[in-house]
Amino acid sequence: MVDLTAKHVVGAHYGLRDWLVQRITAVVMVVWVVTFLGALLYYGGFDQASWRALWATPGFRLLSFAFLVSVLWHAWIGVRNIAMDYIKPTWIRLTFQSAVATALVLYLGWTIQVLWR
Amino acid sequence: MATPRPVARPSRPVYLNLFAIRQPLPAIVSILHRASGLLLFLVGIPLALWGLDLSLRSPEGYAQFATAMSHPFAKLAALALLWAAIHHTLAGIRHLLLDVHIGIDLASARRSSALVVVLALVATLAIAIRLW
Repeated sequence: MVDLTAKHVVGAHYGLRDWLVQRITAVVMVVWVVTFLGALLYYGGFDQASWRALWATPGFRLLSFAFLVSVLWHAWIGVRNIAMDYIKPTWIRLTFQSAVATALVLYLGWTIQVLWR
Repeated sequence: MATPRPVARPSRPVYLNLFAIRQPLPAIVSILHRASGLLLFLVGIPLALWGLDLSLRSPEGYAQFATAMSHPFAKLAALALLWAAIHHTLAGIRHLLLDVHIGIDLASARRSSALVVVLALVATLAIAIRLW
């Protein structure tokens, strides 16, 4: 029989998967940071033209999309872990986590708007 | 007659004032990892997206962004966020190395903790010098 009391609406449910996602997204972010620093060196600092040129490069744009998706996913797991540790009343945590998730989804839309304008 | 159950009496006082306990260096790096991560979520992500949006929108937007960033308060805020990003990244790389069992003995863990704290501060200082 399913123990309904064990179903926490604000629990993680999927410990190992999130642990792994947190690490994979971290590696993607490091790859982007190294690429970005490389571009910074290549252009020798940015002015308006080189800044726009960099973000208009299809490969860099795609890598940046992977980076930003990684940032948002990584932030979700991290912030949710913090909430699970410090916010005990279920309804406050549910409200907080819902707000965080909503913000992250809006950020994802904003990311797409900015990258493909 | 049953003998009374011995009452568990703590022999030492429970003392958990986090500000009075001297935290080991790895613990400090750990809590800073959390704090910096939260700061990056609350302020870093929206501000970075705003900056990217504005700077790529138009030549005027780029100039507007550059002007906004030249304000001393903006530089300080950017510096705080850059420190958070650098510390979080370095502490994260340390985490990944610990995951594959590199540097897990106590002495190495302490050394790498110190390295993370110092490198993040040095890198932030170097950026600060360039910004001013």
